[in-house]
Amino acid sequence: MANVVVVTSGKGGVGKTTSTAALGAALAQAGENVAVVDFDVGLRNLDLMLGAERRVVFDLINVVQGVVRLQQALIRDKRIDTLWLLPASQTRDKDALTDEGVARVIADLRTRFDWILCDSPAGIERGATLAMRHADGAIVVTNPEVSSVRDSDRIIGLLDAKTEKAERGERIAKHILITRFDPARANRGEMLSIADVMEILSLPLLGIIPESEEVLRASNLGAPVVLSNPGSAPSRAYADAARRLMGENVDMTVPSEKRGLFTKLFGRRAA
Amino acid sequence: MSWSLLFKRRNSAPVARERLQILLAHERSALGRSNLISLLREEILSAISRHVKVEPDKVQVKMDRGDAVSMLEIEVEIPNIAQDRALAG
Repeated sequence: MANVVVVTSGKGGVGKTTSTAALGAALAQAGENVAVVDFDVGLRNLDLMLGAERRVVFDLINVVQGVVRLQQALIRDKRIDTLWLLPASQTRDKDALTDEGVARVIADLRTRFDWILCDSPAGIERGATLAMRHADGAIVVTNPEVSSVRDSDRIIGLLDAKTEKAERGERIAKHILITRFDPARANRGEMLSIADVMEILSLPLLGIIPESEEVLRASNLGAPVVLSNPGSAPSRAYADAARRLMGENVDMTVPSEKRGLFTKLFGRRAA
Repeated sequence: MSWSLLFKRRNSAPVARERLQILLAHERSALGRSNLISLLREEILSAISRHVKVEPDKVQVKMDRGDAVSMLEIEVEIPNIAQDRALAG
């Protein structure tokens, strides 16, 4: 049975698109059929994170409006053949998305894929509520920082009120994904700890992605971090999170970079 | 920077945590999400103010959730004048 999961946060810049690309790629690597859907109409970026920006011909709006069939807009990843992208439109605005149209596209995607990851735009406006509307589950991406935690709390409220599942009186499965975490700073009391965030938001944890230079490098290269450097700390964290999403029981750890003696002695730490 | 300044610099994460807990308890109740903390705060405030005069913002209710037990911490600031009057009466 297909799983529709919205990747959301309220706040911008916390890592929704990076996480959608990485989790999508990790799930696909595990053999699952995955579609990642960009709901950020007018400000699409998931295509860039996947390195597919020059292959976009049709988009979500074209499919929602019935101009093209779903198969015409879906772009297959060049590295993993079970990973597909449904890009957002860059020229239209979010008002071109209708509730019925989105419902139809999601229903169509459900018949073809195991996982449909919906990359939500920031904010709590129409684009964000449409991205979460038909979801079975939600990944709330949160940085260990006050404004991000506050916005996550707000989004959790919306997930419990504005989704189709919530309106039917059911509960949408919600998980927190903490990104840009720096264990050393948290240990020194300079950053909210995992326990702090968990207690404040009281939701189960999907994973902890450590702050890493590899994430920017992956975005520069147009490859999800799990593909650009599979052995890196964030890649291992995303791979673990993907396994948890598939229902596996994986110990919760914060992976760290494997550093040689030379970098340990002389290397500078990532800022 | 002098040594005293260096050592006086307090950890900022507990401050962040405290601010968020207070802010979110307020915002959750304002947005109509059921919240035990704000409900308790209202009821405790009304019970106490039947006997002594308390300012609404002088009541702090905190909850630390644990696995087995949770700790409910209530802090009420009561002005001494009210206390004196209550003793006299």
